[in-house]
This record gives sequence, C-alpha cells and structure tokens, in this order.
Amino acid sequence: MDENNEAINRRAFLRRTASFTAAGAAALVLPAHADEEAKPSDDPMRTPGSLPRPYGERSSFEKLNRLGGAGPGAPHGWGANAPNNFNSLTPLQDLHGIITPSSLHFERHHNGVPTIDPARHRLLIHGLVERPLMLTMSDLERLPSSSRIAFLECSGNTWDGWRDAQDVTVQDTHGLTSTSEWTGVNLSVLLEAVGVRREATWMLAEGSDATGLDRSVPLTDEVLNEAMLCYGQNGEALRPEQGYPLRLFLPGFEGNINVKWLRRLKLGPAPFMTRWETAKYTDLLPDGKAYQFTLVMEAKSVITHPSGRQAIQPGIHEISGLAWSGRGRVARVEVSVDGGRAWQAATLQEPVLTKCHTRFRFPWRWNGKEAILQSRCVDETGYVQPTRQDLVKVRGQNSVYHYNAIQSWKVESDGRVRNIYV
Amino acid sequence: MDEYATSTSKFLLAAVTVMVLAVGPASPGQSAEERDGYGIGRAATEEEIRAWNIDVAPNGAGLPPGKGTVKQGAHVFAAKCAACHGPTGTEGPKDRLVGGQNTLATAKPIRTIGSYWPYATTLYDYINRAMPFNAPQSLSPDEVYSVIAWLLFQNQIIAEEATIDADRLPKIQMPNRDGFIGDPRPDVR
Repeated sequence: MDENNEAINRRAFLRRTASFTAAGAAALVLPAHADEEAKPSDDPMRTPGSLPRPYGERSSFEKLNRLGGAGPGAPHGWGANAPNNFNSLTPLQDLHGIITPSSLHFERHHNGVPTIDPARHRLLIHGLVERPLMLTMSDLERLPSSSRIAFLECSGNTWDGWRDAQDVTVQDTHGLTSTSEWTGVNLSVLLEAVGVRREATWMLAEGSDATGLDRSVPLTDEVLNEAMLCYGQNGEALRPEQGYPLRLFLPGFEGNINVKWLRRLKLGPAPFMTRWETAKYTDLLPDGKAYQFTLVMEAKSVITHPSGRQAIQPGIHEISGLAWSGRGRVARVEVSVDGGRAWQAATLQEPVLTKCHTRFRFPWRWNGKEAILQSRCVDETGYVQPTRQDLVKVRGQNSVYHYNAIQSWKVESDGRVRNIYV
Repeated sequence: MDEYATSTSKFLLAAVTVMVLAVGPASPGQSAEERDGYGIGRAATEEEIRAWNIDVAPNGAGLPPGKGTVKQGAHVFAAKCAACHGPTGTEGPKDRLVGGQNTLATAKPIRTIGSYWPYATTLYDYINRAMPFNAPQSLSPDEVYSVIAWLLFQNQIIAEEATIDADRLPKIQMPNRDGFIGDPRPDVR
C-alpha cells in the first residue's frame, strides 16, 4: 500500500469512527496528520467534517497574502525579487472590520528578522536612572499589564503618493498600516522601577536585530502616559516580524520608533541623533530644510473597496474603508463620489477607538458612469485630511515620509478602478 | 491616560499617577511595592552596562579609544563597503554616501552623508552597530574611525591627512548641521 492510499484510508477510518462515538474519536484523532488538507465536499451535510487541529489555519480556499515590497518604483514580489524586499504590505482591499490578522500585519525591518529565545532575552534600562535594571521576559510578565487596540503605520506608507500616480492597488499604496490588540507593560511602570532622574528628557530605545535599530523617544506626557513594552499581539505572543519577544509601542507614532526586539532603554538629557532620525525618517521640504522628529502620524483615510485595479458592475455597492489619526479619535469620515465636489458622512463602525483604525461604510449605487471616489478623515482635534494639492504645496514632492493626502479612485465607465490624482 | 485601554488595572493607573510625581522626589503616597520597583529584575552590573552601551551621542559620549586615517579608510572601504556602495561611495546599488551638496533645495535632491547628515558622531553609532550589512559589529574601532575619515574626506569635509578619533569626531561641523527644524505640524491647512 502506498502512502497516499494509507492517508486516504486513515482519514476514512477516522471519519467513520468519529460518527460512531465522540469520546472514542477524541482518543483516536490525536495521531492524525496535522497537514491533511480538507477536500471540498459535494454535500457537507452528508459527510462528517474534519477534526480539530492544535493550531488553527484559515480555510484552504483563502489565498490572501502580504505583498513583498521594496522602495518607491522598485520591483516587488516574492521569488526572484525577494532579496529586494525590505517590507511587506497588508492586503487592505480584502480585510474586514478593523483588526489586522497577525499573519497579514505589514512588516518593515532593516536587516532581517532575528530568531530570539525568550528565555535568553534581556532588557537593560540604564542611563540617567537611580537603579539600572536587567530584566527577563518573566520579570516583565509579572508586572501590571494592559492592552489596547491601536494602529501602527510606517511613516513611509503611501510614499509613492509624492510622485506620479501608478496603476496599483490599495495594498501597494496604503498597505504599510495595520491594527492589532497590543498587550504589555506600561513604560511608566518601568521608569518608576528604575527611578528616572529629573534631567532625563529623552530615551534611546535599541533593538537586538542585525541593524541594532536605535531611536530617541522624547519623554513627553503623551509618551509617559501611553507608551508600552509589548509582548502580546492579538491575544498571543508577538510575531517574530513584530519584534518577538518584546517591542516598544508608542500609539499614534510612526512605525520606525516602535522599536522591535527591544533590548535596551537608555535615559538621557538630549536626543541621540541616530541615523534613523537624521538621515532617514526626516521630511525634506522644497527649500532644502527638513522636519525632524515628526513622530505623530496625522489623520488619514482610504477607501479599500472599491479600490485600485478592482472591477465593479453597475448597481449596489458598499463603499468601505479605514480612517485613523495619531492624534486621537476619528471624529467623522466623509465620502465623495464626484472627485471632491460634494461630501456625505459615512457610518463609523463602533466603538471608535483613539489612535486606531476606524472602519467606515457608505452605501452607493453605481450608475455605470465615470466616478471619482474619495474619503476624507476629520479627527477629534478638528484636523482635516488634506488634498494632495494642499499637501504638496507645503511639503513639495521629496519628503518621502508622512504622506497623508486624500486618495482618489477613478471608476471608469467599464467598471475598472484606477489610482489617480485630481 | 487612555480610557480605551481594554484592561487597564487600578494598579497601573496608580503607578502612572505616581510615576508623573516620582520623576521628582519620592511621593509619600507610594506603596512599598512601588517604591522598590515591585522587586522585579536585578541590578545591572557596571560590566554589563559597559558591554551593552554601544550608542554614540552628538557630544561624543560613547566613542571608544582608537583612531583612523583617510588612507587606512580607503582600504577598509574597498574591502568591506564598496560592493554595496560603489568604489567611490556614489555608485550604489545601496545608499549613496558621497556628494550631493547644494542639491537639497532642487527637484532632485541627493541625500548623502556630506549633503544631509547633521552629526558626524552618527557615523560611528551606525557603522559600528550595523555595517557591513552581511557582518554587522565585525569592524574594530580603528576600522570604524578610518572608514569615517575616508567618507568625510570624500565629502570634502576633512583634509586628506586628517586623523579621526574620539576627540576629533564630535568637533566636526557637518555641512547640513542647521538643515533641520522641529515638527511644526499641523502645517497643511
């Protein structure tokens, strides 16, 4: 008997057994192959289904993936282009609600994903403190914990928006933002434990990856109140790509400062001026000056359906998308179907959380004529997401980072949806 | 404090409140647990801190003993850097390191060490921790200082006979030192 027949017979046997007695089946299923793939049934009501698995997987019909990405205009994808990939993009066009599945959370790292044994991982807190401490993961997990649902956006998200419009998807244009429930220890608990000295106003955070990524964090009230050292993501441990076993999380701040694989916090009297906050992640303006420490991600929104490279039929559609602001809650989202001439309020999915993706929905009947779909986010500070024209007027086209203009999707008369600038 | 945190305990709220006060002298409202840092972790030894403390600040804090010359740097760069950055630091394929002065206010700005980086000390911090890409933290202090010397010379910031060390590096005035401004946003109305 060859292996295939054996596998089929074993599966048939297990199904027969399961239908006889649940208790008996529970004992017998344990040795079943975990990689057995369920085949679609002609009538699922007439065939006993598959058995529980130790770690869940999505349906074998679901093929949604991240997209490997490089720089603006550079080739992307997996396979032969993999060495060029330094990020991966979340498939926003096919996600529901506000939570990004951990397996589809965008990635950005600077010299690969390290493999770290949590039993050997240590966090050092030192510098301008009374009691420098060395902490294990077990130490951190014994401290008071908290959780919050919040977005994380790379400040390079939508960087192609500064340049000419490409015929691409919303995954290409906006896929460097994701939302998770994050769990860990509030930074303030640890700063209290080490006894921060009065003259400490900045904190260097350093990762233990092969680039030793280091960023200076200002110790503002916002940071002291909200920063977390996270070990949990969506109910389980952080994914390796998100900093396993420990990362810094600063709600509303640009992705890069949320240092992953965190190994060291050093309190100091001034910013440390690392490469990441000088040569990179600064916003070059038309006059040659550059903004520095632009840490907050300003309000932004995008329609995820219908969106770039999709095709729709005349009739009823739900326009749906995501809005978020690093300064607080989304107050409202407005939708235009005529390129920004008329705006109507979209419905926001409750609860609307601060510094979190907010799902908006807007019912629409497409009449088959050309249309330009836009969304505009207003946050609780009254800040209005700018048009691309207004953004470029102030920042020019060489800022690279922090692009948050209104996105326009043109629906052609044949139903194809294209990325355009109005 | 964010009221939407999903499981913020009273314990943590108390800790945060105390923290804000505790940046100054110890508050009489602290519990014994809070005062001793919950008894979590252990004191870091001076030896551990020395080994882990690899960052370099703009005032030169963290720079190790050692020195390097432009000539030595040319050899190190050719052997360990040129494959990614090109023979003269301008050809790529990875980041361009040399040139680009006076291009920042043009339609095609070229951001390099010479045209854009505000602090020379950042070179030590970054090269020492992250380069070469395929063997990070493999360079000796003398190698790092010498590559910095070569890069600064190529960018016409120091003379060919200059030596770079812990004393000299923080004193170097980078051309774009005053090119950065603090976050003025919201700036688009």
